[in-house]
Amino acid sequence: MTTQSVPVPVPDVSTRTAPGMGGFNTTVLKLEIRRLLRNRRTVIFAMIIPAFLFLLFGLNSSYANLRAGHGNVSAFILVSMALYGAVLATTSGGAMVSIERAAGWSRQLRVTPLSPTAYVVIKILTAMVLGLASVVVVFLVGMGTGKPTMPGYLWVVSALCVWIGSLVFAAFGLFMGYLLPTENVMQFLGFGLMLFAFGGGLFIPLSQYPHVLQTLAKFTPLYGLNQLVHAPLLGEGVQWTWVVNAIVWLAIFAAGAVWRFRKDTARV
Amino acid sequence: MGRMTVIDMSDGRGQGTAGTGEPPAIALRGVRKNFGAVQAVRGIDLDIASGEIVAFLGPNGAGKTSTIDIILGLSHANAGSVAVYGIHPRQAISRGLVSAVMQTGGLLKDLTVAETAEYTASLFTQPRPVAEVLQRAGISSIADRRVGKCSGGEQQRLRFAMALLPDPELLILDEPTTGMDVEGRRGFWAAIRQDAARGRTVLFATHYLEEADAYADRIILLRHGKVVADGTSSEVKAMAAGRTVRVTLANPDQAALLAIPGAESVEVRGETVLVHASDSDAVARYLLTQTPARDLEITTRGLEDAFIALTSDDTDEPSNTAGGRP
Repeated sequence: MTTQSVPVPVPDVSTRTAPGMGGFNTTVLKLEIRRLLRNRRTVIFAMIIPAFLFLLFGLNSSYANLRAGHGNVSAFILVSMALYGAVLATTSGGAMVSIERAAGWSRQLRVTPLSPTAYVVIKILTAMVLGLASVVVVFLVGMGTGKPTMPGYLWVVSALCVWIGSLVFAAFGLFMGYLLPTENVMQFLGFGLMLFAFGGGLFIPLSQYPHVLQTLAKFTPLYGLNQLVHAPLLGEGVQWTWVVNAIVWLAIFAAGAVWRFRKDTARV
Repeated sequence: MGRMTVIDMSDGRGQGTAGTGEPPAIALRGVRKNFGAVQAVRGIDLDIASGEIVAFLGPNGAGKTSTIDIILGLSHANAGSVAVYGIHPRQAISRGLVSAVMQTGGLLKDLTVAETAEYTASLFTQPRPVAEVLQRAGISSIADRRVGKCSGGEQQRLRFAMALLPDPELLILDEPTTGMDVEGRRGFWAAIRQDAARGRTVLFATHYLEEADAYADRIILLRHGKVVADGTSSEVKAMAAGRTVRVTLANPDQAALLAIPGAESVEVRGETVLVHASDSDAVARYLLTQTPARDLEITTRGLEDAFIALTSDDTDEPSNTAGGRP
């Protein structure tokens, strides 16, 4: 029925190849990081607010110079704020999938060679780069004030602990990003993270809470992480309950993210 | 009206270059797709050969997008099989054999036009240069503009540019001009047509009749998830409407004209005679050889009329009794 004037040669399918590693590459990573840094709200959330909170609470001369393990209270607060910034950063990074799903970008990517797994790996790496930037910014601001004191190696070790620990919240961000398809996901999550930060004792030491709240706080997601990242500075050893708290929450967030991710890729 | 469903799969179309046994660009066999109780696609068999420019034409809910999603591997058919160049759709996409321009969305507002193309290009093994595809889509001048600041037409051209990056053998466009103004639509189709001249296979879905008529070699009319007509635009028109043969003829013998095989009605207006016919060739041959008729003219009804006739709900179609249509 169709009149086809010119016979068109059939393409040789075998000359075409699919990319390795499901399409993962550094160009995408570079552009994703650029996008994150371009987002003013993310930068304010992940870098400016934690640095500001340190300046607000970390310099008070009535307690800043008191001894805290191998350093002083100012250094202790610096580590707390770096953790707060890092989890905000990695959560924002992970939660970007929500915005991308709302915009239809995830669906657009399905008509490219990028595999869903490679996409998630890119999201996690992007979140971790932003988390590192946040830790570095907060620590540099702290160093600039000259108030926090701790041995040189503890600056590095504490920063690394905070950064690695924030991976738990990259999983949290991904889980929430797949769960809540909205452009405003970080407005919810920012509030949720603040509650977690209070629960974990990042802003106020847990010892100042009523007993019932202290007990409850030990089950919140930032409790174990907060204790662990301060352990090198305090030098009082590690309690197994901290490790359990961190690992259980990581498992919950990762399982949630995998569950929603599977559902998402099956449906689209 | 059952005569309209003229789908002959035995004519060898879709076998690619004749005789080589190469797979067609798209092969669908008995494809069905349900969304709960709703049957979006109810058994489509289709071959599209390399180099064809094909329109999926149908009203909303006819199953165009559902079928395209299956061809792209974005959703799975409940029954039947689909192959793109003989392989699974997902493999065809990974190898850059097929790409698509989706309806709306699918862009990140915080990247620039060039960055979006660069992002997409990095995912393919042998992409065309970003500058080249932007130029072919006519958006080189806005390369550094944020996507969020681009008009709907510019965003659509960007989607087109992204679809060109893998230099695909098959380009699929799902209602590509929805929401564009007339000028944007014309510019967009000019770019597509220029591109298709290079021999690319193109499948586009549309509910704009004039688009299907103007840009496709072949129109596949869908209704209620089934193919109701398949052919060139004039064939589709003829299926629904037949043709009208108009001649100048003095003293016509109305009875003799009605007796021509394929003639359906005869109208005489002075020396002008109009014969409505399902087989206009036979009527024209008779008129030119057996009568002194002159000034012969054959017209078809507009595609719009064919479209309405073939897709309207009161069209009698026996297999369409099951419920569950949206």
